[in-house]
Amino acid sequence: MEAQLIYIGLAAAFGIFMAWGIGANDVANAMATSVGSKALTIRQAIFVAAVFEFLGAVLAGGGVTATIRQEIVDVDHFTDRVELLVYGMLASLLAAGTWLLIASRKGWPVSTTHSIVGAIVGFAAVGIGVEAVQWPKVGTIVMSWVISPLTAGIIAFLIFTSVQRLILRQEDPLAKAKRYVPFYIFFAAFTVTLVTILKGLTHVGLNVSTGTSYLIATAIAASIAIAGAIVIRRIQPVRKLDKKQHFYTVERVFGVLMIVTACSMAFAHGSNDVANAIGPVAAVIAVAQSGVVGSKAALPIWVLVLGGVGIVIGLATFGRRVIATVGEKITQLTPSRGFAAELAAATTIVIASGTGLPISTTHTLVGAVLGVGMARGIEAIDLRVVGRIFASWLITVPAGALLSIIFFYFLKAVLP
Amino acid sequence: MLTSPCNKPGPRGNVAVQDQLSGNFEMANLLANIFGSSPVMPLEKHVDIAYRCTRELVGFFEAAIAGNWEEARAIRNVIEELEHEADDLKKEIRLHLPKSLFMPVPREDLLELLLVQDKMANRTKDVSGLVLGRKMRIPPEISDKFLEFVQRCVDAAKQARKSVRELDELFTAGFRGAEVSLVSSMIEDLDKIETDTDDLQAELRAALYAVEGGMEPVNVIFLYRVIELTGEIADMAERVGRRLELLLSH
Repeated sequence: MEAQLIYIGLAAAFGIFMAWGIGANDVANAMATSVGSKALTIRQAIFVAAVFEFLGAVLAGGGVTATIRQEIVDVDHFTDRVELLVYGMLASLLAAGTWLLIASRKGWPVSTTHSIVGAIVGFAAVGIGVEAVQWPKVGTIVMSWVISPLTAGIIAFLIFTSVQRLILRQEDPLAKAKRYVPFYIFFAAFTVTLVTILKGLTHVGLNVSTGTSYLIATAIAASIAIAGAIVIRRIQPVRKLDKKQHFYTVERVFGVLMIVTACSMAFAHGSNDVANAIGPVAAVIAVAQSGVVGSKAALPIWVLVLGGVGIVIGLATFGRRVIATVGEKITQLTPSRGFAAELAAATTIVIASGTGLPISTTHTLVGAVLGVGMARGIEAIDLRVVGRIFASWLITVPAGALLSIIFFYFLKAVLP
Repeated sequence: MLTSPCNKPGPRGNVAVQDQLSGNFEMANLLANIFGSSPVMPLEKHVDIAYRCTRELVGFFEAAIAGNWEEARAIRNVIEELEHEADDLKKEIRLHLPKSLFMPVPREDLLELLLVQDKMANRTKDVSGLVLGRKMRIPPEISDKFLEFVQRCVDAAKQARKSVRELDELFTAGFRGAEVSLVSSMIEDLDKIETDTDDLQAELRAALYAVEGGMEPVNVIFLYRVIELTGEIADMAERVGRRLELLLSH
C-alpha cells in the first residue's frame, strides 16, 4: 500500500520538476519572438503564455500524453512485473530532468521531447529487453522529428510569400495591411481552434461532430478577427518613424496579428510538451492505482492540470529572464516575419499533438524561421548554429537513454 | 516596432552571452543565435559616415580658396577622423559576414557595395590631403566654377547616401515591388547628378586651360589632378548606385 503512495508521490514530484524545467526553458522559444518584436511586453507575454500553455496542456495535451504513457513501451511485457514499468517511468523522468539541467548549464541545445523519448526507449530496451519497445511507433515518432521542421518550413514559406505579394510589395502597403491582416488573424485562429476541436478534445471527454467543429471554429475565429480589425483600424502612421512606404506602421498592424499567433504558439507548445512531464506520471499512476497495466485506462484530467500548473510556475519564476534575454536577440523577427514563423510552427505542432506525436517545438520553430528565410524574409541566418541545433538530437537521445538506464537500475535496487 | 533605423541593433558577434544569472540563457541563446548579425544597419550607418566626410569638402575648399590654411587644416582633421571611422566600421562589417550567413542577397554584392561607399570617403581624404600639403593656390578666375563643381560632387554623395539608406525598407519588402521602383528612381536621379558633375568637370578643365599659361606648371598639373580626384568622388557615388541596382536585380 505504502509502495503505491511512494510511487505516486515520486512520480508527481519528478513530473512537476520536469514541467517546471519545460516552463523555464522551452516557453521562451515560443514567446520570445513576440517580446523581441515588441508586440507584447514581457509581463503580457508571461500572462499570455501562462493562460494558453495551461489551456493547451489541458485541452489538447491528452493525445501526446497517451503516446508517451503507453505507446512507446509495449505494456503487455509488464503484466507480471508492473513495478518495473513504474521504476522505468520514474527513471525516465529523472533522466530527462537531469539532462535538462546539465545541458542548460552547459549551453547545449536541449529538446525535452528528445530526452524523454530517448529515456523511455533506453530503459525499456536495455532494462527489460528489445521486445519491450514498440519499434514501429518509435520509428513513426523519429520520422515526425524530421517531417515537422520541414512542414513548418514549407507552411511558413507559403504564408510569408503571400504576405509579400499581397502587402509588402504593393504600392500602398499600409492600406493593404489594414485590409488583409484581419484575414490572416481569422486564418490563424481558425486553424488552431479547428485542429484542437477535431483532434484534441476527445481526451477531455468532449466529442463534437465534424460539422459542429467547423462551425465553432469559424465562429471563434470570426470574432477574434473582427476584434483585431477594430484595433487595427485605430492604428495611425507615425510620421517621424515612417519612410515613404510606411513600413514601421505596417509592422505595428502585423503586431496585432502577432498577439494572436503568440497565443497559438503558447497553446501549441503546451499541448505537445506537457506530455514530456506528465506522460510518465500518468503511466505510474495508472499502474500504482490498479496494480495492472491497462492500456485502456482513461487519463485522469488532474494529471494534465498538474503538468499545466508546473509549466506555468516554471515560466513565471525563471522563464521571465530567459524570455527577456532571447527576445533582445531576435529582433530580426519583425511582426511580418514573426507571425508567419509562429503560425506555421503552431499549426504544425497542434496537428502533431492532435495525432499524438511528440515533436520538438524548438526544431519546428527553427524550421519555420528557415522557411521565412527561404522566402527572403530574414536579413541574416547563421547556418552553422542551425546545423548545431538540428544535430543536437544525436546527443540528446543517447544521453537521455543512458541516464535513464542508470537511474532505472538504481531505482530497481532502492525502491520496494 | 523595430523597422525604424534607430531601433535596430548594430553588428554583433555570435558569441554566447556571458551572464552571471544562469547557464539556462546560453541554451536559449542558441535559438536566438540562429540570427546572424544583420549587415543592413551597419551598411546604412557606414554610408552616412562616408557622406558626412565628403560633405566637409565644401568648407575645406572655401577655406583653401580664401587662403585660410589654419581653418583648412582643422577641417582636414575632421575629414581624416571620419574616414578612419568609416574604415573601422568597414572592417567590423567584413568580420561579421561569415560565409555561413544565409541572406536574401549575395554576400559578395553587399561587400562590393561597402567597398565603393568607402571609396567616397577615401577620395575625399586624398583630395584634401593633396591640397593642404601643397597649400595649393586656386586661381580666382575659376574659383566660383570650382566650388560649384565640388558642391555637385557632394550632392552626388548625398544622393548615394539617400539611396543606400533605403536598404532596410528593401529588405522588408523582399527586393521586389513598389519599394524597388522607389529606389530605382533615386538611382536615376543619382545618375543625372553624376552627369552634371561630368559636364561641370569639362567646363572647369576648359577654364583652367584658358588661364594655365600664367601659372607655375607643377601647380597646374596638380590642379588638374585635384579636379580629377574630386570628380572621382561623384564616380564612386554613381558606382554605389550601380551596386544597388545589382542588388535590386536579384
